[in-house]
Amino acid sequence: MDFDPFVLARIQFATNISFHILFPAISIGLAWILLFFRVRFTQTGEQAWEYAYLFWVKIFALTFAMGVVSGITMSFQFGTNWPGFMEKAGNVAGPLLGYEVLSAFFLEASFLGIMLFGKDRVSNRMHLISALLVALGTTLSAFWILSLNSWMQTPTGYYLENGVVMVDSWMEVIFNPSFPYRFFHMLIACLLTSAFLIAGVSAWRALRNVDGPATWKVMKTGVVIAAVLAPVQIFIGDLHGLNTLEHQPAKIAAMEAVWETEKGAPFTVFGLPDEASKSNRYAIEVPYAASLILTHDPMGEVKGLNEFEGEHPPVAIVFWSFRIMLAVGGLMLLVAWWAAWQLRNKNTATKPLLYSLAAMTFSGWVAVLAGWYVTEIGRQPWIVSGVLKVQDVVAEHSSATVGGTLFGYILLYGFLLASYIGALLNLSRKPAASLSLSAINAPQTVNKEV
Amino acid sequence: MEYWLPIIYMGIMGLALLIYVILDGYDLGVGMLVPLAGEAEKDMMIASIGPFWDANETWIVLGVGVLLIAFPTAHGIILTSLYLPVTIMLMGLILRGVAFDLRVKAGDHRRGLWNKAFFAGSLISSSAQGWMLGAYITGLQASTTSLLFSALIAMTLPALYLVLGCGWLLMKTDGELRNKAIGWARMAIWPMGLGLFMVSIATPMVSESIAEKWFTLPNALYLMPIPMICLICYGLIVAALNKPILLSKNHSWLIYACTVAICLMASLGLAYSLFPDIIIGGLTIWESAASVKSLQFTLVGVVITLPVILFYTYFVYRIFHGKATALSYE
Repeated sequence: MDFDPFVLARIQFATNISFHILFPAISIGLAWILLFFRVRFTQTGEQAWEYAYLFWVKIFALTFAMGVVSGITMSFQFGTNWPGFMEKAGNVAGPLLGYEVLSAFFLEASFLGIMLFGKDRVSNRMHLISALLVALGTTLSAFWILSLNSWMQTPTGYYLENGVVMVDSWMEVIFNPSFPYRFFHMLIACLLTSAFLIAGVSAWRALRNVDGPATWKVMKTGVVIAAVLAPVQIFIGDLHGLNTLEHQPAKIAAMEAVWETEKGAPFTVFGLPDEASKSNRYAIEVPYAASLILTHDPMGEVKGLNEFEGEHPPVAIVFWSFRIMLAVGGLMLLVAWWAAWQLRNKNTATKPLLYSLAAMTFSGWVAVLAGWYVTEIGRQPWIVSGVLKVQDVVAEHSSATVGGTLFGYILLYGFLLASYIGALLNLSRKPAASLSLSAINAPQTVNKEV
Repeated sequence: MEYWLPIIYMGIMGLALLIYVILDGYDLGVGMLVPLAGEAEKDMMIASIGPFWDANETWIVLGVGVLLIAFPTAHGIILTSLYLPVTIMLMGLILRGVAFDLRVKAGDHRRGLWNKAFFAGSLISSSAQGWMLGAYITGLQASTTSLLFSALIAMTLPALYLVLGCGWLLMKTDGELRNKAIGWARMAIWPMGLGLFMVSIATPMVSESIAEKWFTLPNALYLMPIPMICLICYGLIVAALNKPILLSKNHSWLIYACTVAICLMASLGLAYSLFPDIIIGGLTIWESAASVKSLQFTLVGVVITLPVILFYTYFVYRIFHGKATALSYE
């Protein structure tokens, strides 16, 4: 079988970015949660909060490292796989990525060292400040990268000179129309992902009676964050959808699999979008619902895919990713509220709840990935909407080169993902007190004879 | 502005890559030395680089970032030509970056596996970087000479990192491990010298204009300090390694400092050879520069943040100064 190197290059980039996003999705949220644990410990002096911090900072360090190394890969792949993107859009992409490195990467990487190893070498205050700077760094990093990503979705503040993007206004480039929605949608997604991770792992630990009070404190923190933020996320997601309808109607048409422009469009709960016949097979529809959700008017007009002939994204995958995100999001809301209700009224959790929370440990990952597929695949065939197509910026490598390295990446990432989850399980079995013991022998005495 | 901005950016890129080599160089070097050490020593070695490696690695992201920001066309050409070594380097960096954590977190039965991954990742990344340097100096050609040269640098650049790693261990550790580091450095110093020598003679051979720059009077006289300082530092390292009494007490920094001086001279020499090309004999920095407006916008950020970054990098090294202590890898 003959593989198209263009398709392979896209799969390679998608593989890398899918693997990468898993870890920032946790570390951005977890950094703030850790700061909270650390502040609570300083305020109350309770050992449970210290244990909570000690246990989760280990998982944070591992997650952070996974994010860093897979992130470095991304920064190189712009050049190795998509040189045309940098040649044509480098005047925007370069500075935004540059500001990310300068303002965020060094900050988080440097103070992470103090946060992890400096507890006995700096004052409590300095240690708290380090934790704060790490959290700030992760969020700043999200700010710049989402600004660039949003600019690729809804470019403003630029003009073209011989096909090269030139900047007109940096304010318009950075704060482009979809940026505020995407930024807050993503930040809340990160917090929700972390909330379910800490609640899920704690439920698992509670079922095994590891670290009594600390485990319950962490679980409660996770549940409260999830219960509060899940509805907020639905609200912001809705605003984000309205913004997309205004600026990227082709993406919305694919998300809803609306083939012909219509008023009073139904919401397709289930269906198999078929691009050949331009219809949804086995469709189960709720009348007027799509118009109601998207335009807040049951008779509102929704543009169909027919308006974007040849320039709309693949329908089925966007349609299904969107539904998976909605379903997981809905489930997260239900479980979070159920847990919040039980913990508040009964001050304990029943076994079914603990098992449900444990099962939902990585639910954030599923929702984040599905959401990213909607937004990134939904942008196709453009790399910068309306300006630059993906096929025009790809590097010319042979299928063997791209396919071979892709195979290598898939093996490596599969292995690392298994190792990450394995390490999480391994740590979860142990009480925090045993983890805080040094894994390293005392330093050897000075040997004067060299 | 149009004349100066690309020059300023070339300076920043060179600085970032130089800092990368001297900082990540030592932790890659330590990574390659891990299999030679005993179990407790392995922990001590990794503890000595634990707080730093992540920030060290960020300098290569900045170096490539500046290449991308300031010279997008060259960024595309260089990274596309170096596709395979770059990919291999990335896989190496991924492997060693996660091995730091997983060797203590994946459970005791996996520790041996992650120690090996840590070593392999360090070696693979160092070699791949050597290959990239070799290919870059020979003008990114696919000729046999260029391939042979790249292979040679791929074998010798790790030796430079090994010497930096040993220099680091001399400062950060004590006792038997410190003695071992001296022994390791004695072996690594010779391939390192060969690599430096090869790079020095290859650059003028690749391009006539570079040869002219170096071998005409009076330029040659002004440039003499560069090879002289390299030779003196190299001699100092060899002498100190053979008479370790020179390294005792407060002179632990000698090997590391001399190697850093050599790196500094080598990069100055290289910058002088290349200028004003960014791809030797192919593209000048002005031909590949991004728009003035984008360069100005980023320069504001660089001028504000770079001193701050350097300050807190220094601050972190201050906090963790002195011999490495028993740190648990949290």
